[in-house]
Amino acid sequence: MSEFTVAKTLDCKGLACPMPIVKLSMEITKMKVGDVVEMLSTDPGSLADVPSWAKSTGNAVLETKQEPGLIRFYVKRQK
Amino acid sequence: MDIEKELTELKAKVDSAPGMENKLSMVVFSGDLDKQIASMIIATGAAAMGMKVILFYTFWGTAALRDPAKKVSGKNFMGKMFGFMLPKGRNKLKLSQMNMAGVGTAMIKDLMKKKNVASLDQLFEVAAMLGIEIFICEMSMDLMGMKKEEMIDYPGLKVCGVASFLAEAKESAVQLFI
Repeated sequence: MSEFTVAKTLDCKGLACPMPIVKLSMEITKMKVGDVVEMLSTDPGSLADVPSWAKSTGNAVLETKQEPGLIRFYVKRQK
Repeated sequence: MDIEKELTELKAKVDSAPGMENKLSMVVFSGDLDKQIASMIIATGAAAMGMKVILFYTFWGTAALRDPAKKVSGKNFMGKMFGFMLPKGRNKLKLSQMNMAGVGTAMIKDLMKKKNVASLDQLFEVAAMLGIEIFICEMSMDLMGMKKEEMIDYPGLKVCGVASFLAEAKESAVQLFI
């Protein structure tokens, strides 16, 4: 299933809109193209927002895992 | 008919069309706490989406940019009155509804803290980090007797007129008025 390695984990637990995508956008610019960041969020809004953000910025959400009270996103820097 | 030539022409037209830049231009007119928070959330969100962001503070909105720690002298009577009546900075703003003599505003601030929603202070800090540009309407400041010296320290803070805002807005894919 998961055929990628996580370069970094970004903890956005407890943060509300718009901070998860703000942090994610700041983090992704520090990463190398092709690297994957694991982002942890407790904000239900990020389920819709992270894919929208990725689509708009040209990055890719490889996988989204929902656990009780926690969402894990695996985002790859594309460019 | 030369389709390739027409395509090139069309492409040039599309590229030079107004409103094509990945940019958000927003007028922040309101001095209400709720609307100021909304404008900052949209602005920082847009910057995170990779957009260039310009905020044009005008009329009641300008009071949010006052720095309570700064004192200026040499204001005329009307300027002093406005200075006294208007909120001194973003932490003195009130809700547009359910203010209830300040109780509602305090409750919202408390709720925001509990729910870990970023405060205006934090949002301004993030905005500066993301390179969001703030323009202040010169005429509003002049009208209400405000001076640039009493405004917050914000990177690149610019006092200008409506033309500067419109020049940015014209190129922006998104324009908002709050």
